[in-house]
Amino acid sequence: MTTAESKASVARRVGLFVTCLVDLYRPSVGFAAVKLLQEAGCTVEVPAAQTCCGQPAYNSGDRADAQAIARQVIAAFEPFEHVVVPSGSCAGMIHSHYPALFDDDALWRARAERLAARTHELVAFLVDVCGMTRVAASWRGLVTYHDSCSGLRELGVKNQPRQLLDSIAGLKRTELPGAEICCGFGGTFCVKYPEISDKMVSEKTADIAATGADLVLAGDMGCLLNIAGKLSREGRPVVARHVAEVLAGIDDTPPIGAPRR
Amino acid sequence: MHTPTSHAFKDNARRALGDPQLQQAMSHVKKNFIEKRAKAAARLPEFEALRDAARSIKDHTLANLDIYLEAYEAKVKEAGGHVHWCADAESARQTVLRLCRAAKARTVTKGKSMIGEEIAINDFLEENGITPVETDLGEYIIQLRHELPSHIIAPAIHLTKEQVADAFREAHTDLDPNRPLTEPRDMLAEARAKLRDRFLKADVGITGANFLIAETGSSVIVTNEGNGDLTQILPRVHIVLASLEKVVPTLEDASTILRVLARSATGQEMSVYTTFSTGPRRADDADGPDEYHVVLLDNGRSKMLGSEFAEALRCIRCGACLNHCPVYQAVGGHAYGWVYSGPIGAVLNPALIGVEEAGDLPNASTFCGRCESVCPMRIPLPKMMRHWREREFERHLTPPRHRLGLKLWAFLATHPALYRLTASLAARLLGALGGKRGRFAALPLAQGWTAHRDMPAPEGRSFQSLWAAGNRNAGKQP
Repeated sequence: MTTAESKASVARRVGLFVTCLVDLYRPSVGFAAVKLLQEAGCTVEVPAAQTCCGQPAYNSGDRADAQAIARQVIAAFEPFEHVVVPSGSCAGMIHSHYPALFDDDALWRARAERLAARTHELVAFLVDVCGMTRVAASWRGLVTYHDSCSGLRELGVKNQPRQLLDSIAGLKRTELPGAEICCGFGGTFCVKYPEISDKMVSEKTADIAATGADLVLAGDMGCLLNIAGKLSREGRPVVARHVAEVLAGIDDTPPIGAPRR
Repeated sequence: MHTPTSHAFKDNARRALGDPQLQQAMSHVKKNFIEKRAKAAARLPEFEALRDAARSIKDHTLANLDIYLEAYEAKVKEAGGHVHWCADAESARQTVLRLCRAAKARTVTKGKSMIGEEIAINDFLEENGITPVETDLGEYIIQLRHELPSHIIAPAIHLTKEQVADAFREAHTDLDPNRPLTEPRDMLAEARAKLRDRFLKADVGITGANFLIAETGSSVIVTNEGNGDLTQILPRVHIVLASLEKVVPTLEDASTILRVLARSATGQEMSVYTTFSTGPRRADDADGPDEYHVVLLDNGRSKMLGSEFAEALRCIRCGACLNHCPVYQAVGGHAYGWVYSGPIGAVLNPALIGVEEAGDLPNASTFCGRCESVCPMRIPLPKMMRHWREREFERHLTPPRHRLGLKLWAFLATHPALYRLTASLAARLLGALGGKRGRFAALPLAQGWTAHRDMPAPEGRSFQSLWAAGNRNAGKQP
């Protein structure tokens, strides 16, 4: 092991890709991510040149714009040992889709592959890479957890958040039936096919309410905005937060879409 | 003939969501198919390895399709059968009609065949004075109702048993109108009694094929009702409808794929009947047809070879992607507007009937990936739907408003300084507008969202602006 490598294993240098939805809607999640990463012994930097991962363009068939955005992300995050993202969807975009975006460009494909290999969803990174087994936070109440599709199926995020949540003093967790079924967000899907999306999220909120939990957690702001918006529209006594907020013990911000104190 | 209504997917879907009988019928899909498949897969330790093997078999076959098809044809001929190569649906229909006329057929029995649906053979035969009779119970029901199948393996899954009873009472007018028809068993018995006579009268039997085997020239059908066997054994002429990607090299290959087929479809280890047919009846055979014909259909598939959609040709029509698709579960198969529905329909239909007609289908997906996770042939369905979106975008078929929004977004996203400023202003503005309630019940330009759910308001400051301001005190930002 070289000196540089042994140093790196002491303090991992992480570039935080905060994601456009966290940036705009919920900076608390970004700060929760920073706190957790620091607790795991990482140094955290937030490159200013980041905007969005390009997924809206990519999934709309706009390959040229998706490539332009991907090049920008790759350039901004290449200097870091790891790229950590508080979203399975955006992490999945970089990890699983950036290389395929550059099928016809060997140079960029190689750069995309190198970045993809170092890109992680936040909670999976904490557990799988940093070896975190518990968090210091405490929480009161019964929570349930929704598996966001990309994190689950593209990145294998499944047990890591459950393991850390179960280490929290005072927190009780109940499994959500159908936790692996899509909530109906799907990026632009929810506005292109609002009735189908509504049917899907209605089934999700009914499942959530049936657990008796007072708080639903997930790892993706897209799903959370959708689920929280439906829960409040239906007047259900359940609120929603990003899992990082609870793991970091941040409770001075109202839940997503809840009235301000 | 059913004109495609895939272009009206949104209207179809809206109607389906408001149809209480359909919604009741669809609630069974979720429970039954999914649980049974999961159990069947869990019971077989080598299931995942079999999926890999099945994929490799089809990839190898598709890469050498010309060789295997010619080998298959040679074997069929050797066994005394005939292969009719048909480039499109019209050519296949004409071939079937010619064969039926040569057999002086008045009644034709039919086993379940998606190719039969694809070429709309029933309507065509009827127009030409020949009576086609579906013998698979589900197909029989939708034939009575003049409908397309709403599912690959369960064509009448969109119906409640009350609707089936109504269809039977309307069609079987010679029976006592007050007979009890509340149990599926009664309906099955009634359909059987009606069909028995038809089996004996049929001059031609038409079946589909789950596999064509190059090694032996055999066609294979898998069924649960036994109707397929009666369809192909009793009449004088057996016509097999198959598309060209059904070929596999050997019996061993077919056996491998059979091990994932029924498990993925119904959760059975094997279907009740797996029937191999090789040529017409030989001199010392106990039964079988005098003539054996294979109508081999291309209908756009050879164009998919070598394209980004080639992997969809691995499909073995098990229906697992439909069963696990939340969009299919919500709207049912008919909303897709043509023969194939669900994720595989969203990939196949644009290839077979045009992306102008079926362009909505690959868009109506959240890319949740559940289809790909259960596909026995590991077809990357979301990736292919995305490829269709790319083709639509290139050809300016994407709605102009959506396109404009994307371009605007992409411009901002590639100008980080401008993006940061915009995000910071938007966070402040929306945060302030959201006020104490913390959410919006209505927002201009977001009616699609707020018609059904609230829009949570941003906290009020963008992360990047807070970070830049040096407020790194985690959890204590203003």
